[in-house]
Amino acid sequence: MFYREAGDFKTSYADDSQTFPIRFDRLRYYAVMAVAFGVIPFFINDYWANAVFVPFLIYAIAALGLNILTGYCGQVSLGTGGFMAVGAYAVYKLMTAFPDVSILIHVLLAGGITAMVGVLFGLPSLRIKGFYLAVATLAAQFFLVWLFNKVPWFYNYSASGQISAPERTILGQAVTGANTTAPAKYLFCLIILVALAWLARNLTRGTVGRKWMAIRDMDIAAEIIGVNPLTTKLSAFAISSFYIGVAGALFFAVYLGAAEVGEAFGIQKSFLILFMIIIGGLGSIFGSFAGAAFMVLMPVLLKNLLVGQLGWATDLAAHLELMIVGALIVIFLIAEPHGMAQLWRLAKEKLRLWPFPH
Amino acid sequence: MKKTMTAIALAMAVATPAMADLVVPNLSYRTGPYAPNGIPYADGFNDYFTLLNERDGGIGGELVRVPECETAYNTEKGVECYESTKGDGALVFNPLSTGITYQLIPKVTADGITLYTPGYGRTSAANGKIFEWVFNYPANYWDGASVAVKHLLDENGGDLSGKKIALVYHNSAYGKEPIRTLQELSAKHGFELVEIPVDHPGQEQKSQWLQIRRDKPDYVLMWGWGVMNAVAIQEAVNIRYPMDHFIGVWWSGSENDVIPAGEGANGYKAIGFHGTGADYPVYGDLKQYVYDAGKAAGDGSNPGNVLYSRGMYAAMIISEAIRKGQEIAGHSAVNAAEVREGFENLNLTQERLTELGLPGFAQPIEATCADHGGPGSAMIFQWDAAASTWNQASDWITADSEVLDPLIAEDSAAFAAENNIAERCN
Repeated sequence: MFYREAGDFKTSYADDSQTFPIRFDRLRYYAVMAVAFGVIPFFINDYWANAVFVPFLIYAIAALGLNILTGYCGQVSLGTGGFMAVGAYAVYKLMTAFPDVSILIHVLLAGGITAMVGVLFGLPSLRIKGFYLAVATLAAQFFLVWLFNKVPWFYNYSASGQISAPERTILGQAVTGANTTAPAKYLFCLIILVALAWLARNLTRGTVGRKWMAIRDMDIAAEIIGVNPLTTKLSAFAISSFYIGVAGALFFAVYLGAAEVGEAFGIQKSFLILFMIIIGGLGSIFGSFAGAAFMVLMPVLLKNLLVGQLGWATDLAAHLELMIVGALIVIFLIAEPHGMAQLWRLAKEKLRLWPFPH
Repeated sequence: MKKTMTAIALAMAVATPAMADLVVPNLSYRTGPYAPNGIPYADGFNDYFTLLNERDGGIGGELVRVPECETAYNTEKGVECYESTKGDGALVFNPLSTGITYQLIPKVTADGITLYTPGYGRTSAANGKIFEWVFNYPANYWDGASVAVKHLLDENGGDLSGKKIALVYHNSAYGKEPIRTLQELSAKHGFELVEIPVDHPGQEQKSQWLQIRRDKPDYVLMWGWGVMNAVAIQEAVNIRYPMDHFIGVWWSGSENDVIPAGEGANGYKAIGFHGTGADYPVYGDLKQYVYDAGKAAGDGSNPGNVLYSRGMYAAMIISEAIRKGQEIAGHSAVNAAEVREGFENLNLTQERLTELGLPGFAQPIEATCADHGGPGSAMIFQWDAAASTWNQASDWITADSEVLDPLIAEDSAAFAAENNIAERCN
């Protein structure tokens, strides 16, 4: 009834190729943006920022990045944690070496450095595929973590090998360090996420994205029709690593404030982000958000429900939480192997026909 | 999707209401690879406060509430726990994790809440001139390293030159803490230091112990935690390393670490900054008011063991600091800033320890504005596998302040420069 193309006339090519062709979708998108920028910053407190929104926004950036590589270009990567570590250590070195440069520039530069490292570790993808590539990226994960632990230059020779984010400001507002207010933290991550998501959406429906998908669907066929595997695969690695590097930089500088590489960027982080995109939906922008939301919010929600509301013992709740989240993942994947994004797509199909399905 | 989030928001918004009690959150870990050590500590911490509530009606007439939050030794969960308990009016945090401590130091400084890290955390927090809100008395990692080396000096007639000492450490902020001190000490005493890292969680240490078998160090020191301890001790037994040449820091010296290796672990040494065992008079009260009343935390199997005693030690110091804060403030419903005053002016004497039912349990502490690090002394315990007890193997050994003081000054000055902190107490 409300959700249909009929009556929504397109009179220009720009209109015809817009991201949300259905008016209801468009309005919903504007409403989400209005709430995210206009409402939440006024109500957010430290708990909501640090336990819910900031991790969600940062994981969404990382999931977008991995989705570009794995979902759109079909290159499996288990090196996400290592690449996030590159972003984190890059931003740390930049922040401490050039304290007068804006943190925003440092975060983007950290993404750029990660992109270069990503390309380097992406080179084997020209020769190996599938599980074998996964193992090669796994090597990247272990190598990078080892490197940041081993070479004291990366952590400025601190006694404990910990890196700590000093306070940096944008327009007089602290965005890193302990004096950061919750809205500043949230808005900084939100702005970067929105910009990157917008970029990802437009990349994936343009030439670059179509090349990625051609390589994903069948690389030999793609090569025959004139897609260059070298530039396509490496561009996917570069752009994906840029996103993941930015996510790692924010994760360390804005969210945690102090980090050590083995604990914060270990192999479990790589798996976590891979789960996010598998549950959310491979090759889908919305899927990256949905997967990040599921994996970040579900444990917090369950903890608050079981410990906060029902008053269970914390260890029992923690064990049960693992079981519930695990079971939900299995159920989700059985019910819908293509992830939450596919559920969303099906729901929209149904809505189009509602209330007259025949 | 934001709609689903608002739904979640509503579900979570009904948080626990703030009460007028004294709130001391227990950021514990009862799950994950560090649970074997996290559980007894958390139990001791909870039981001591339960005792104060049941026997004395709290501290100065105010009940103590100890909300527990599971961190699984994970920094992200640690942040969540800190934020969720902070809003409750938390007076002091004790996260039992060096990683989480590093994260919380800037946060507590900004929020004005005391962070108490006995025997762990950032060593240079002992310098109260820089770290206003952090306290780590009675001893820190560098004290531990120095005490271990002093013990070895005693055993070798004061001369360690030409000896080889290996450090098996958890490859994290925690495990790396003593390295700088040990390097200084190796230069001073002429021993050779071999650093052997073990990655989290430390369940696989074959290659490390192969290296030890090959290098044949005269002594092995260990900075381990969680499952890593038991594995290391088992591996040492497997390569027949002489156990009395193997010394763990206080976090590597609990029953859980040595019992799995059975008879083989006999003679293993560990440093400790408090007594252990259930022979102290306070256990009579604990039995009467807590255990027999069915109010014990956990499964009740831990009372008297090393980490239980340490959890109790932390709780005892926190309660004494709150008491001191109440005394200074002149009222019993103290806030976080008043509790900090209590920590800074804490004067714990042997007489007071005897009154508390813990005679000779620990060293006296007299904190000052500049000294948040305490006496820095510890003793060596040795495991007797047949009797399943830790026996005292040395008297109190005081750390080598000649080496440590400049290191602490240097590290805290670096922190002050990074964060633009001016020195206090002048």
